[in-house]
Amino acid sequence: MDDKKLHDIHSHSYGIYILVWLALVALTGLTAAVAGINFGKLSIVVAILIAVVKSYLVLTEFMHLKSEQRTFKVFIFVALFFILVSLTLLFSDYSYYGR
Amino acid sequence: MSDNSLAVSHNGYEVSYLDYEGKHKGLMGWLLSTDHKRIGILYLITVISFFAVGVTLGLLIRLELMTPEGTLVGPQAYNEFFTLHGIIMIFLVVIPVIPAAFGNFFLPIMLGAKDVAFPRLNLLSWYLYVIGGALLLLAVVLPGGAPDTGWTFYVPYSVRTGTNMIFTLSALFIVGFSSILTGINFLATIHRMRAPGMGWFKMPLFAWSLYATSWIQVIVTPIVGITLLMVVIERLFHVGIFDPTLGGDPLLFEHMFWMYSHPAVYIIIVPSMGVISEIIPVFSQRTIFGYKFIAYSSIGIALFGSLVWAHHMFSTGISDTSEFIFSLLTFLVAIPSAIKVFNWTATLYKGSIKLEPPLLYALAFIFLFSIGGLTGIVQGALSVDIYLTKTYFIVGHIHYVVFGGTGFGLFAALHYWLPKMFGRMYNKKIAKVAFWILFTGFNILYFPFFILGWMGMPRRSYHYLPQFQFYHVVATVGSWILAAGLLIMLTNLLVSFIKGKKIEENNIWGGETLEWKVSTPPTVENFEVIPKIVDGPYEYKQNEVPVLEEEVK
Amino acid sequence: MSIKEEIIPDVHRDDIRSRMGIWLFLFSELLLFGGLFFMYSVYRFTHQQDFSIASKEMNTFLGTLNTVILLTSSLTMVLSLVALQRGKKGLSVFFQIVTILFGLTFMVNKVIEWSHEFKVGNYPGSAILSSRPPGQILYFGLYYCMVGLHGLHVLVGMTVIGFMTVFTIRNKITQDNYIKLEAAGLYWHLVDIIWIFLFPLFYLIT
Repeated sequence: MDDKKLHDIHSHSYGIYILVWLALVALTGLTAAVAGINFGKLSIVVAILIAVVKSYLVLTEFMHLKSEQRTFKVFIFVALFFILVSLTLLFSDYSYYGR
Repeated sequence: MSDNSLAVSHNGYEVSYLDYEGKHKGLMGWLLSTDHKRIGILYLITVISFFAVGVTLGLLIRLELMTPEGTLVGPQAYNEFFTLHGIIMIFLVVIPVIPAAFGNFFLPIMLGAKDVAFPRLNLLSWYLYVIGGALLLLAVVLPGGAPDTGWTFYVPYSVRTGTNMIFTLSALFIVGFSSILTGINFLATIHRMRAPGMGWFKMPLFAWSLYATSWIQVIVTPIVGITLLMVVIERLFHVGIFDPTLGGDPLLFEHMFWMYSHPAVYIIIVPSMGVISEIIPVFSQRTIFGYKFIAYSSIGIALFGSLVWAHHMFSTGISDTSEFIFSLLTFLVAIPSAIKVFNWTATLYKGSIKLEPPLLYALAFIFLFSIGGLTGIVQGALSVDIYLTKTYFIVGHIHYVVFGGTGFGLFAALHYWLPKMFGRMYNKKIAKVAFWILFTGFNILYFPFFILGWMGMPRRSYHYLPQFQFYHVVATVGSWILAAGLLIMLTNLLVSFIKGKKIEENNIWGGETLEWKVSTPPTVENFEVIPKIVDGPYEYKQNEVPVLEEEVK
Repeated sequence: MSIKEEIIPDVHRDDIRSRMGIWLFLFSELLLFGGLFFMYSVYRFTHQQDFSIASKEMNTFLGTLNTVILLTSSLTMVLSLVALQRGKKGLSVFFQIVTILFGLTFMVNKVIEWSHEFKVGNYPGSAILSSRPPGQILYFGLYYCMVGLHGLHVLVGMTVIGFMTVFTIRNKITQDNYIKLEAAGLYWHLVDIIWIFLFPLFYLIT
């Protein structure tokens, strides 16, 4: 494995990070704004969705997941898969009345 | 151990890791060592010490249960006995032992590496284990008394009991991080430090088992960590998370607890299965049958095993839908384990069997684990489990899979690898005698548990109805035979360190994995030059598959 | 196993290996909070009204401000890395210190929030809290535990970055070897991501 790959220097400009930050702040504003709107049962979905988008930006850009080896992306998938499936199984108990 | 008069050498390629004197000398050279081999031995010593405590507690429990009423101690002490027995055996013995002792020692060597990915983190994880263990011992001796909730710490009793729960739970939180750090280390080691030419499917199966185990360790251990921490916070601040009087749900504790503790049993068994996968090919001198199936089955067990936790809660009142789903998933998780058993058996078939002590223990593993596993399926059936849960049937199942499984896997590993680790051979005749005593005692002790459970004997019960006494007495006698076998086995191994015949050859048993190519005992650096791997780890002369490369001796 | 005798160079430094280690550690931290998020999900589902009512008492302004502060601190953290990659040691140190200061501001806001809550009697075990409906008791219980645990991680993060600042000044972290700073950054970004979820779940329940 040659030296360059081992040290894996990501070179970005300052600019792209500032743009990402602006998007994050905008999304924060959005999430605060829509909090007042009553989507009923969907409210939590909207809030989580926006949070997911923000996290995605932090993960891929700030944390450089975009330019990392594929292995790391598989790792994230494994962790998230476990969380989602466990949550679903947990709710297979709690979503029933009388529980 | 070795003759220290020759010991002063700083050359990592020439001197054994036992004799090496680096920056620190003597005892500090061990306590501050970042050499994975020394850390593996530190773990082995501390784990075996806790095992001795756990066995003693087990023997005391068996003594107490000889009569239906009180025999030795009162009910409070009895509750503390079985609680500590469970905590020590599960968290301080069977979860860490094979990964932290043998994984640490042999994973880098098997992969052709000089150490694990993060050697200092490795040492830290041992210190965390020791600190956690010490905190637990403190919990026992301080006023307030040893924990008495059972190793499952169910609320509300774990919040209300006056015993030293905060010390106990903090101890386990710390030990949990020891486990997580070991997992992180192994994952990075396996991903990044395999020798050139060692693709994923040329890795020994022990490495595959450690890989699957490490994923479970990293992902689920934090869940029990936070859950136990919440019990501590409940005790201190009464936030109400699990308290029904404040709106909490005690069953949520059980969900969160078992979300870790079920996958934990796969942390317990999978590395032991890895040991068996190493031993069977060597002592039948045949390549392993279905390498890829065994490798994938380890991953399969890790995956499915993380999704079955509520089968510990079938009688608690969870929804019918979830009970159905969890029961179904429980049946599915048996499949990958069964695949391994079939593959091991197929490997033995028409092999050149050498009935050495490691193989004896490996064969016992297959027999005992099969019994344990099959009784697990029985318990997975909803209707049957409603009757069997919280009875001795479960206790029988647990001990067949954990003791018969991981325990015997540990003994197999000791007899297989200790000669390589210390360069001394134990007395094989005595080892075999010890084995038979152990095996006999084991079955006399634990088989009656299935009968007792079927008859309705509840677990964790200080008193019992007189009709159960006969089987309890049988079991207790079995425990004495088991203990005798253990004592002989361990003494034989210990004596071998002092009086055992010195071993000069690298390949003691005729194995084909890399640890049998390095010196006995290994040098500090393991390899003077990192090997370049050409073919797989189980290429034996008796294969049907022709060997393509000349074997380099 | 056949082997060939060939001299293969030892790899002492492997940045990918180091990053892999820190990412795996971040997963364990994610699952640590994950357990609490599971508990939150269950209780919010079973006490939807109460959670909504209790959430109205939160200081949405401070919560939003803190979110922006943490997001900005993530920006300054990654900028400190870019600066170092470009050989601008002084600028990198500056950004690291600014990150720590943002963290400090976050914690100060938190102290303000919590002091207010304690003053009005909204703390675990208080008579006022215990007399509320169970769902609201759970809401505040989870609030203190989750936000508290997060705050602990902010403090740890600030300390770690502080060490990185010293290392950068002393040239232990350089333009050619900045894996430690990257690792600290990754930890800090995780702390940010957790807050990204905590914020709407506690402050913005409709």
